[in-house]
This record gives sequence, structure tokens and C-alpha cells, in this order.
Amino acid sequence: MKTILTIENLRKIYHDVQGEVVAIDNISLDIYDKELIAIVGPSGCGKTSLLSILSNLEKKSAGNITFHKDNIRIGYMLQKDALFPWRTILDNCLIGLEVNHTLNEKTKQRVIDLLNTYGLGEFIYKYPNSLSGGMRQRVALIRTLAVDPDILLLDEPFSALDYMTRLSLSDDVYKIIKNEGKTAILVTHDLAEAISLSDRIVVLSKRPAIVKKVYDIHLSNKSTPIQNRKCKEFNLYYDQIWRDLDVHL
Amino acid sequence: MSTYSEEHKQFLQKRKRNRIIVLFFQIAIIVFFLGIWEISARMGWINTFLSSSPSKVLDTFSSLWQQNDLLSHVWITVYETLISFGVSLVIGMGVASILWWNKTIAKIIDPYLTIMNSLPKVALGPLIIIWVGANTNSIIFMALLISTFITIINIYNGFVSTDPYYVRLLQTLNAKKYQIFYKLIVPSNKNTIVNCLKINISMSLIGVIMGELLVSKKGLGYLIMYGSQVFNIDLVITSVVLLGIVSYVMYYIISCIEKKMIKNNS
Repeated sequence: MKTILTIENLRKIYHDVQGEVVAIDNISLDIYDKELIAIVGPSGCGKTSLLSILSNLEKKSAGNITFHKDNIRIGYMLQKDALFPWRTILDNCLIGLEVNHTLNEKTKQRVIDLLNTYGLGEFIYKYPNSLSGGMRQRVALIRTLAVDPDILLLDEPFSALDYMTRLSLSDDVYKIIKNEGKTAILVTHDLAEAISLSDRIVVLSKRPAIVKKVYDIHLSNKSTPIQNRKCKEFNLYYDQIWRDLDVHL
Repeated sequence: MSTYSEEHKQFLQKRKRNRIIVLFFQIAIIVFFLGIWEISARMGWINTFLSSSPSKVLDTFSSLWQQNDLLSHVWITVYETLISFGVSLVIGMGVASILWWNKTIAKIIDPYLTIMNSLPKVALGPLIIIWVGANTNSIIFMALLISTFITIINIYNGFVSTDPYYVRLLQTLNAKKYQIFYKLIVPSNKNTIVNCLKINISMSLIGVIMGELLVSKKGLGYLIMYGSQVFNIDLVITSVVLLGIVSYVMYYIISCIEKKMIKNNS
């Protein structure tokens, strides 16, 4: 498989007046093209820091990050939708194109097509307050896809939603990511979500984070995330990863 | 027209009745107050030399009108207020933007801003007259001092309390700082800015009247000051009433602008 991104000996330290905290001790990882890789780990283990560094929002303290493609574009989908209430759904989705100065008839049409394809066609000129939580999060994903990123970073994209919505939305998001042929890095603390959605799972240790284990997920009769939860291997992975996480309260 | 249920008709009737009651008492209060005042004056219960009366106020009003003085006094006050309103808004927006842009400047300037805002500006009146001169400029300067600092502080507070999550979103999309400013900070603070207009118009008027009381040859503040010096209470009260009307009209215009802006928003 083609590698799109290599992370080598990544290290991240946070500083404030009280002192410093090592969030990421040492992470090395290859990300393959078009795979959906999930990162799980105990709360506060530096998962979000990793995504922030990959998307250039924060600086790394040491290590190397190499993209094996020129002019790579990274899309970052946040935990909350952060839709601007004063913009219509379409205008919210276009904001990335606007700030990158790549908004034209063609890119605009592409966003409208995306909205139509994924069931938001009738809401294009509505405002965010008329949408349900699940739909808002779908809009947020399309806003991320609008700039046509090569790698999608998903930071617990379902955690703000109720259980039923997150199940059905994870099906939708899976479909969208696979249809659009994107590489995606999903950060989550929901093991079931990670196993049912992803091709590989990276288990991080508690802070300071290191890579504890990497699982290739092989499910017999693999289909949609909801169906995947019924596969017989599902529970085995769940058990194994739970033990790796070693959670003590 | 479709037919409504009995309950809906009752609801509409109740609403209408309530509005009539409100309007009735609004008018009744002023009529009652003016009536008592006028009657007490006519019956000699109060000394009209000290407390005037509605009819005397009306007489003063019409004589001012006949001398063609009324409108020019009102106009000069309104003119000074509008100049101060506009200039302080521009300065307020500009300075608030700079402070938002550069946190270090904001930190440096913070104590000075607080001092200038809490200082009773009327204390600077004599200095302003000496430095700027006894003319319209010093009145506008006075009004600016009063309205500008509060404008800066309000708008800046609005800017910095913009949801940081929205800022983060724009950063994930590689937005530059100026883009964050005009795509997020300004539109999300529309309400703050409109509220600021309301405060600003009142502050400007306060400043102008204060300035006119200290130094002027025209304007409503001048009429009040002049009236009190020659012990013409009719003139003082007439001017105060006019001032009330002027301030209400200006506030009303701003509320209309507010309604329009918020309508466009949703």
C-alpha cells in the first residue's frame, strides 16, 4: 500500500508558567493512502495534539512529519460543528474556499453537488438553526470536504451527538469518506466506533503518549459500520483493545 | 380569510384589550401630571416663578419659535451630537480592531483605558476650554471624550469574547488573521456594534450638553444655562422638554436601524 504520510519520533511539550507537560513522548506511524485509521487512547493522552500538529495549528517540539505528495491539503473536522449562525448552509460550506481564494463557479457547483448527494439539498439556503445536530455535523463534514483535502482529520466528530444519531451518522460519514476516496484519521474514545469504522486502529498509551499497539482490522462480511458491529471478530477486538488501554479509575 | 376557533378570537381580543389599556395609561399619566401642575399653578398652590407651569412653557415655546431661535438651537445641539457620535464610532471601531489585532498593545494600554473611562470627564472641562478654546470644537471634544472610551471598551470586549471555537475552525481552514477579522469577528459582533450605537448616541448627547453648559453661545445646553442665570425657569423647563424630545427621536432612529440590521441577519 502507498504511504501518504510518515510520522517519525514526534514529540510535543506544552509550556506554561507552572511548568511543562510532555503530551506526546514519541510517536512513529505510517498512514496509507485512502485508509481510514482510528486513534484511540485514554482521555488527555494527546490525541487532539497530534491532529493539531498534523494540521499545522500547533508546532511540534521534535520529530519529523513527511507528506509523500506535493501541496498536500489537510481537512480538519472539529468535535463541534461551529457553523456560523449568520451564514446559510451553502455559505458555511463555502467559507474554506473563500479564505483560500479558490471560490469559483466550478468549485461552488462541486459543493452544491456534495450537499445534494448527501441529503442536504433542500437546506442549502436555510440557516444552521433550522437543522438537527446530526445534519449540522454532516454540513460540517461537507464544509471540510469542500476544499478537497487529501487527508481528513476527524476529532471525535460524533461525540456531541445522542447515541442513535451518532450510529446513523457514522454510517453516513463512512459512506461519504469511502465514496470520495479520502484518507482519514479518526480520533475517538469510543472503541466500538473505532472498530466498526476503521481499517486500522492505533492504540496510544496514557500521557505522555507513545504508540502502544497497531491493529489491522479484519472483519468477515465487512459492510457498513452498523452491520460491522455484528461480525464475530468485533468482540474479540473490543476485548483486546480494552485490555491494552488499561483504564484504571 | 379562514375562520379561527373561538379560543383564538378570545386570544386576539385579549391582546387588543391589553394594548388599549397600556396606551390609555401612558396618556393618562402625562395628562394627569400636566393637569395637576397647571391647576396648582392657577390656584396659586405653587409659585410659578420657581416652578413654571405647562401653559407658560407653551408660551415660551411659541415665542422662541416666532424669534426663529428654536430650530437653530435644536439644530446646533443635534449637529454637535451627530459629529461626536460618528467620530467616536470610527475611533472606537478602529482602536478596538487594533487592540484585537495585537494583544501586547491591548495589555500595555489596558490600565490607561480603564483610567480614562472611569475618570469623570467633566473634570477636564476647564482644561479643554483653555486648550481647545471657547467654541464648538471644545464642546465636540468634550462629547468625544465621554463617548469614545466606552465605545472602545465595549467593542473590544465584544471582539475578544468571540467564540474561540469559531476562530479555531477558521484556523483549520488556513485563514489569515485579516480573514478571521472580517469573516468572523465583525459579523459575529453585529449585535455588540448595534448596542454600542445606542450607548454612543446617549453618551454623545450627554457630552454635548455638558460642553454647552460650560461654554457655548447656542444650543439647548446654552438655553438651560442662560435661563438659569437670568432666573427664567420657563426657559429652562422648555429647553429640558425639548432636550427630552430630541434624545427620544435620536434613540428611536437608532432602534429602527437596529431592527433593520437584525432583520437582515436572520
